[in-house]
Amino acid sequence: MHETPMITIEAVNKFYGIYKALDDVSLDIAAGEFFSLLGPSGCGKTTLLRSIAGFDTPSTGDIRIDGQSVIGTPPNRRPTNMVFQNYAIFPHLDVEENVAYGLKRLKLDANEERRRVGAALDQVRLGHLGKRRAHELSGGQRQRVALARALVMRPKVLLLDEPLSALDKKLREEMQVELRSLQKAVGITFILVTHDQYEALALSDRIAVMFGGRIAQVATPKEIYQRPTTRQIADFLGGMNFMKARITGETSTRLTVETPRFGGVTLDKPLGFTARNGTATVGIRPERLRVLWDDARAEFELAGKVVDRHYFGEITHLIVDVPGMEQPLSVSETNNFGADDIPVGDAVRLAYDPDALVALSD
Amino acid sequence: MAVLSGTAVEHRPAHPPKNRLRWTASEEASGLALISPTLLYAVALLFLPILIVVAYSFWTQDYLTIDRTFTLQNYKTALGEPIYQDLLMRSLVISLVVSVVTVTVSYPIAWFISFHGGVHKNLWLFLITVPCWTSYLLRVMSWKVILGYGGVMNTGLLSIGVIDKPLTSLLYNSNAVVITLVHSWAAFAILPIFVSLEKVDRSLIEAAHDLGDNKLMSFLRVTLPLSLPGVISAFLIVMIPTVGDYVTPKLVGGKDGVMIATAIQAQFGKGANWPLGAALSVTTMVIVSAMAGLVVLGLKLLVRMAK
Repeated sequence: MHETPMITIEAVNKFYGIYKALDDVSLDIAAGEFFSLLGPSGCGKTTLLRSIAGFDTPSTGDIRIDGQSVIGTPPNRRPTNMVFQNYAIFPHLDVEENVAYGLKRLKLDANEERRRVGAALDQVRLGHLGKRRAHELSGGQRQRVALARALVMRPKVLLLDEPLSALDKKLREEMQVELRSLQKAVGITFILVTHDQYEALALSDRIAVMFGGRIAQVATPKEIYQRPTTRQIADFLGGMNFMKARITGETSTRLTVETPRFGGVTLDKPLGFTARNGTATVGIRPERLRVLWDDARAEFELAGKVVDRHYFGEITHLIVDVPGMEQPLSVSETNNFGADDIPVGDAVRLAYDPDALVALSD
Repeated sequence: MAVLSGTAVEHRPAHPPKNRLRWTASEEASGLALISPTLLYAVALLFLPILIVVAYSFWTQDYLTIDRTFTLQNYKTALGEPIYQDLLMRSLVISLVVSVVTVTVSYPIAWFISFHGGVHKNLWLFLITVPCWTSYLLRVMSWKVILGYGGVMNTGLLSIGVIDKPLTSLLYNSNAVVITLVHSWAAFAILPIFVSLEKVDRSLIEAAHDLGDNKLMSFLRVTLPLSLPGVISAFLIVMIPTVGDYVTPKLVGGKDGVMIATAIQAQFGKGANWPLGAALSVTTMVIVSAMAGLVVLGLKLLVRMAK
């Protein structure tokens, strides 16, 4: 982030009538970065992507690609290429003609064009399907054609609009791995729009979480998951146990709170935090709570009773009622030690690490 | 069934296989039953007259009596006489020109409604069908009013000083036939083109822009090829009926605008030569079908080359 960013988005607003699709969005994306825009549908992530591509024009604000403002530049003259959500494979052309579509305009000699098309198809492992038509391809293959067609243009930025959402789970996971290694191989800046938190976490160098047209947090996947700044972000990215805690001390960066059952802790103060009636929301991820078996002891313990159990194959979610807590705690435990066999109604002891607690803005 | 396959039935009488159910209960049978009244009606009213016409074309007529001995003389006349050759040629040229012009002027309208019609698409389509509410005859007549010696066109041009005496070249020639037919058939060309444009996935056009095409290029490389089925059907819908149009040339065509249908009508009427009329009809039908096929092939070839 020390060099000039590849993409700078500066105070961008987008109105549709009175509806605000983008609300004062500012963002820097570095060259070669795999950047994700994550949020629920209608949060403005696609509008932002389409504004970068040139299909939507911001009402106010500036977008710069590689230092050049692109406001007013049509999509065909921007150094970006896009992989569309439905792939938009030209049905009247075969795979090779699809990939060569954008090259035609460059008036390369026939050999060079063929070489680049072949290389792009090999890159996405479709070299053998060059003569197929769109309707003869599976979802995963269409996805690859769309990727090859965009990458063959050697864009500065590749934009991906929910590229994996139409694939089934197994194929989606395969394509995630492939997408990541492809990005590493070509070194181009990728901007991915997704509503799938796991996809964003698995692929990205950094993630921007968006709600209601605003960017809520920009951080690395690990930071976003472990240190979400707001309750909304924490809730959107995996589950979290929330509790109200009484504030006993406050500095500019730190917050000391007294929690119902987790004792007194001092936590990082999240951005934009305001106390409400002297209380703060504190959260802990379900997997940061651990069942203590038999005589095992831990420095920090909680006692409760299992009230429900959800089996998910490799993990089990235990719903544990802890006296003194408003809400029962959700505990995610791997099934290595038989968490799936704990009967509902049994008493359990839970261990936790106070470092796993986070203070959240509402 | 049980009677026909006697031994097999004896082994498993209680459970006949499902696909051996009586045909009359199948979906196919009920489908055929549903369409059969219309089908019979259509067959009776389409194929029987055609058969009769074809039969007549091989016979001869002497005043009121029909001689049913087989002869090719009618076809010799129909194909050999210069007057019929000229009329047929002119009919084909006029219908081709009409189809080309109609499709050319209809395409932008269909494109505009499909791409820029917004929420008013249905209103636009509705407005396009409004002229069809009046009778075909009235629409043709109204062109007489527009193109005539003292008509709207001439008085208009006179009053703004473009011409100093009324033009006589507007009406009663093949141009007038073309103008009138284009107007009459425009709605029928706009609709199929509109439908095929509606089916073009808009993200394909965005993808073309994204890959470097400007608006014109993306139109030529994506929108036009993908709307070709609509263009072809519009072309055929206009071309096939206009070859044999009778009313328009009669009303606005004058001497220069006479087409083959007038000659056919004359043979069935005043000429009292039904067999020759029939031969002319059959010849026209065959040639039009061949030309329609050629046009479809040609358009497809053109698109393949444009790629």
